[in-house]
Amino acid sequence: MLDITIQIVGLILCASLILNLYRLLIGPNLPDRILALDTMFINGIALILLYGIAIEHAIYFEAALLIAMLGFVSTSALCKYLLRGDIIE
Amino acid sequence: MNFYVEVIASVTLIFGGVFLLIGSIGLARLPDVYMRLHAPTKATTLGIAGVLIASCIIQSYRQETLSISELLITLFLIITAPIAANMIAKAALHHDIKPIDKTQGQEFIPSVKDRLPPPAKPNES
Repeated sequence: MLDITIQIVGLILCASLILNLYRLLIGPNLPDRILALDTMFINGIALILLYGIAIEHAIYFEAALLIAMLGFVSTSALCKYLLRGDIIE
Repeated sequence: MNFYVEVIASVTLIFGGVFLLIGSIGLARLPDVYMRLHAPTKATTLGIAGVLIASCIIQSYRQETLSISELLITLFLIITAPIAANMIAKAALHHDIKPIDKTQGQEFIPSVKDRLPPPAKPNES
């Protein structure tokens, strides 16, 4: 039963990533695009964890943690750049 | 794998996936930036928490030891999602992006943008 669930949730996550990509491409303003990128990071973490469950190995947990931290850092750096015109003042 | 463990993990996984999909549909369909901020920062955080709890249950059952390292990501995301949303909202205000016309409290936008105290209400003093 877990195999079927993993396939269903994988399809759901792919649909979510396509919706985020749609917003990233058509987003009328820059904050929209940053928000879509942030959501794509989170969906990517979920997809990596799902793959880690599917191949029955815990090696992908570190990758998910790294992507979570890089997602937050890149979002805040982009917002800081939009706010101030500079990242490290 | 034990049947009950599989049922609990599957239900949690489906719960998380459905909330991630709801967050992404909200991101794609809501009308302006300030509304679009709500869907990813609330629904998506709950969804990723569901997926991570399912992963925690399955890895704990497979390795026969309590694997709480997945909860690290949940904690990190719960801490950082409001900060990222706050910074995106400030960037949107700074760029003068207009909300839709039905938004209430639009007279506070200039004072919020310049980080001043809110304007005094007319019926005071």
